[in-house]
Amino acid sequence: MSDLLPSKLSRRKLITTGIAAAAGVSGLGAAAYIAQRYGLVPPDDGGIYGLGETLTYAAQRLLTKHSFAREFSRSQISKPPFANEIEPPSDEFKRLQAGGFTEWRLSVNGMVARPASFSLDQLKSFPPHTQITMLQCEEGWSYIAEWVGVPLSQVLDVAGVLPQARYVVYFSIEPDTWESIDMADALHPQTFLTYGMNGDNLPVGHGGPLRLRLPRQVGYKNVKFLTHLTVTDSLKGFGKGLGGASPEAGYAWYAGI
Amino acid sequence: MGNSACIPVSASAVSATTATSRHSALVRITHWITTLCFFALLVSGVEIVISHPRFYWGETGNDLTRPLFKLPMPASRKLVPTGYTYVLPDQNGWSRYLHFQAAWVVVITGLLYLISGLSTRHFRKNLLPRGADLSWREFSSAMAKHLRFERPREAEAWSYNVLQRIAYLFVIFILFPLVIWTGLAMSPAFVSAFPATVDVLGGQQSARTLHFFLSLALLLFLLVHVVMVCLAGFKSRMRAMITGRAATHLERT
Repeated sequence: MSDLLPSKLSRRKLITTGIAAAAGVSGLGAAAYIAQRYGLVPPDDGGIYGLGETLTYAAQRLLTKHSFAREFSRSQISKPPFANEIEPPSDEFKRLQAGGFTEWRLSVNGMVARPASFSLDQLKSFPPHTQITMLQCEEGWSYIAEWVGVPLSQVLDVAGVLPQARYVVYFSIEPDTWESIDMADALHPQTFLTYGMNGDNLPVGHGGPLRLRLPRQVGYKNVKFLTHLTVTDSLKGFGKGLGGASPEAGYAWYAGI
Repeated sequence: MGNSACIPVSASAVSATTATSRHSALVRITHWITTLCFFALLVSGVEIVISHPRFYWGETGNDLTRPLFKLPMPASRKLVPTGYTYVLPDQNGWSRYLHFQAAWVVVITGLLYLISGLSTRHFRKNLLPRGADLSWREFSSAMAKHLRFERPREAEAWSYNVLQRIAYLFVIFILFPLVIWTGLAMSPAFVSAFPATVDVLGGQQSARTLHFFLSLALLLFLLVHVVMVCLAGFKSRMRAMITGRAATHLERT
């Protein structure tokens, strides 16, 4: 590398290099400030993979804030849809299942004006929305299904999200199964509280009776057996502060890729 | 290696060649960053494939779909019908983190290389085949030399022959852009903003399958590249790519 430092290192070259280095450092500083200011930093920005993760999240937030996941025609629906393995159901789940899920509740609290709790019938009383979208697992497989549900934003509207809210943390009835998303994803029109699939109730194998459907992110963010949502301005108070069970198990918080 | 210290200062012919380096500092630095990233992408890519070593064509594919082909190996997930009775450990968490981080670094490095290569006319001067190179006779003689595993002559340490030029241009301008494109075409969020990037490939599973074959093509290039470096003289070619100094006649073995 000796020619990187030629013997005839002129003053002008030194000054130019100095200015370039100063510009680079202040540029990085400014970028970090702007990224924080506009919510472009994911909760798992620490550690050796923080750089790549932050670049991915920031870039995709700038590009995809309002973009829609591709929707497909009815003829493209996968028959049958592939249900991934699920944990054996808990006694509590079996009890609710035996009762036809009439006692299933979705509670909403945190930074909302009116904390609320919804039964499946109450969720079904919202105007139903459908989407024919792909579920993509991080492992590499995928399928297309028609999903029926209520956009999460409508339920959040009823609860009245406070202006300082930044994330929605969501929990499954399964122990230690929870994830979180930013408000851009939470309020996205394709983010569904899903209770129906391919013209029927959402099967248990696919997360029924209630699953968060997030077609712009891979499978593990689409939490099954949803029972609880918390709106928050910080993920620090939840678990290890990484924003979900998957990040705590070593998976990226933002799963748009 | 010690020979580099005894460059005769008076011999103008030699000092003329040693004054300029075989590879510019930017080419050397971007080369080694790319090497490092390629290994990171390869290892993490293999780990990701192990979780579902089946490939499909079209939009969707899963355990219930007939695959285009499957790799004869066990998987790191229980449900995948591999024919093996055991399941490998799940390594996807760090593999995906590493894969995308290395992808960012290699893309930024590649852009830097591209901009510098265009502005210094590196591509035109050193990589674009010269007019005479493209004659059938030149081409077939270069090919014949390769097939005979002939060691390159000394002068060739200072430039690339036509096969090298074509191979490097193919990797830089065809394989790398395609492997980046097919990688992005698998991202559900990226394709929500740019749906045409996956639609023209025939679907998300097609993108995955193409990404796999493009990675294999890059791996093949790497293997041939390393073999050629060894045949041409591992020490001198490595030194040229690390320090920039090429072999002079003083160092001929």
